[in-house]
Order: sequence, then structure tokens, then C-alpha cells
Amino acid sequence: MSQPRSDRLRPFLAGSNACLPVLPGVMSFGLICGAAMVAGGLSKTEAVAMILFVYAGTMQLAAVQLAATGAPLVVIALAGAIINLRFAMFSLSIAPHVQGLPARVRAVFAYALADNAYAQSITHFTLHPGEPGHVPYYAGVTLAVWAAWVGAAIAGVFVGAAFPREWQLEFTVSLTLLALGVANMRDRASALAALAAGVTALLAAGLPYRIGLILGAGAGVAVGILAEQWIRASSGR
Amino acid sequence: MDTSFVWALIAVLTVISFVSRASFILLFPRVALPHGVQRGLRFVPAAVFTALITPDVFLSSGALDLGPSNPKAAAAVIAAAVAWKTRNTLATIVAGMAALHLLRIAVLG
Repeated sequence: MSQPRSDRLRPFLAGSNACLPVLPGVMSFGLICGAAMVAGGLSKTEAVAMILFVYAGTMQLAAVQLAATGAPLVVIALAGAIINLRFAMFSLSIAPHVQGLPARVRAVFAYALADNAYAQSITHFTLHPGEPGHVPYYAGVTLAVWAAWVGAAIAGVFVGAAFPREWQLEFTVSLTLLALGVANMRDRASALAALAAGVTALLAAGLPYRIGLILGAGAGVAVGILAEQWIRASSGR
Repeated sequence: MDTSFVWALIAVLTVISFVSRASFILLFPRVALPHGVQRGLRFVPAAVFTALITPDVFLSSGALDLGPSNPKAAAAVIAAAVAWKTRNTLATIVAGMAALHLLRIAVLG
């Protein structure tokens, strides 16, 4: 980039500052994830490595939960891929804003794509379409979110390990996923999708390798699509 | 947990995590998702998270257990109500953990 330094510094700082309101939430989620990695049976080194390399809290929670109940790697990988599908959508909508950058830089930007960072950046890009400095803005946003989440998660690894077993802190993993699930029930169709997924997963719980999770997710998406069509048809649109 | 399994898990998750995010930024910058796929993707989070936790919360040793021997079930229902009302992850966790331990103490007498 041939822009003078101050032209990049200003949007970079604007991006970091815009994240400040969400950082407490990001950090408490990081703390929970870090503590859950250890509660789920990972060593401190393994937990820190997972936090730095994977950098996907929800997928990590799900993976550790599944691994603790003896699910095989293939099922955990499949579940992780389904949970991370949303990032492909985020990637699609961020792509035009980082077009033309060197592949190395785009690789770093891809690694740093997180839920909150995406939401903040895409909102700014949409409200200020022609403005220069989208790239440094995105860098400022993602760096702030990354530092907050990784820092809190590593703290969680060391703090979480200090809590006694009978506190059953691993239940916070289920509760976090539950809160995320409910947050995504924004209308009747998605609530029905969740209901179908939950019931299917319960009915299929006897099947080996936790295939019930995959069946449940599939049933949920199918019911969601059907319910949406039905609701749209019956409301006469 | 078995060390080699954990490191294999970390490697696999690292690849999945990076590929999902790099998909359109780095790997296939000129591809567009069909509309039908995008509609289905909207339901993925609610479906996956629910399917993931229901067996762990409502089953104990493979059978449906909503009674006093499984305080997780009632605690999860209370937490879900709090999540629905507040839309706040931290409040959900606090309510769920408080419910779990209060119920456990009540059952133990």
C-alpha cells in the first residue's frame, strides 16, 4: 500500500476503538472457552495451542464437548465444519474489501475473521462505502478482537485449572452453546429448526459415533427451510 | 485425554477453521454461493447448538432422565428461559450454574 502512514493509522485506530463496547463480551467468552478447554481434559499446552491455532471459540467448545464423550475425529471434524459454515458466508461478504491485497496479507485477514470482528467491519463498510481505509480499519478491528479473546482465553486456561471438579464447570460449555443457540432463534422458523434438531438428536442418541448430532443438524435445517416456506405461504406473501 | 488424539484434533480443527474463513477471501475469490444454500445456512447455528447439547443435558447413561437424579435437565430449562428473556450469554451461564448447584444441594438434602 502506498498511502502515507497517518492515512492508515487513523482508520486502524477507528476500527480498534469501534470494538471497545463488545470487548467485555468477547473477553468473557474467551475466559469461558479457555477454562472449558482444560475442564474438558486438555493439558495447558494443548489448550493454549488450540486457542492460538484454531481461534474459533464455538467450534472449540463443541469439539472438546464431543471429544470428552468419546466421539471419533471424523464426527468432530464434520461437526466443526458445520459450526464454522457461517465463516464461509462472512468470508464471501468481506472478500470484495480485501481484493487485490497480497495473498499473505489475505491469509492473515482470513485467520483473524471472527464473529464480532466481522459484524463491526461489515457494518462500517456498508455505512461508509466509498471511504478509503477499509483495509486498515479491518486490521484494527480484528487485532483488537484477537488480542482480547486470545488474552482472555489463555487467562481462562490457567484460572480454570484452579477450580475444583465438583463445581462442574464443564456444564458452562453446554450453557454457552445453549445461549448461542437461543440467540440464533430469531423467528418461528429458526425456533422450529432448533426444536427438530434437539428432538432428532435425542431420538438418535443411541446411534454410535454421535451421528445423532449430524442427523439432528440436518433435520433442523430441513425443518427450518420447510417452516419458512410454509409460514411465507400461509401469510399470503 | 490421549495426547496424540488431542494434537490430531488441534491439527484438523486448525485446517477446518482456516479453510472456512479463507474460502472466499483467499481460496475462491470469484465464486458465489447459490441462494438456496444461503437460505439453509441461516438455520445451521440454532440447529447445531441444540442438537449438540440436548443429549448431554437430558440423557443420563443413555436414557431420558428429567428427574431429580439429573439436575442438569432442569438447570438447562431454567437457563434456556433466561437466555430467551435476556439474550445474554453471561446471565445464562450464571443462572444455569446457580440452578444446577441449588438443585443438587436440594436433592442431596
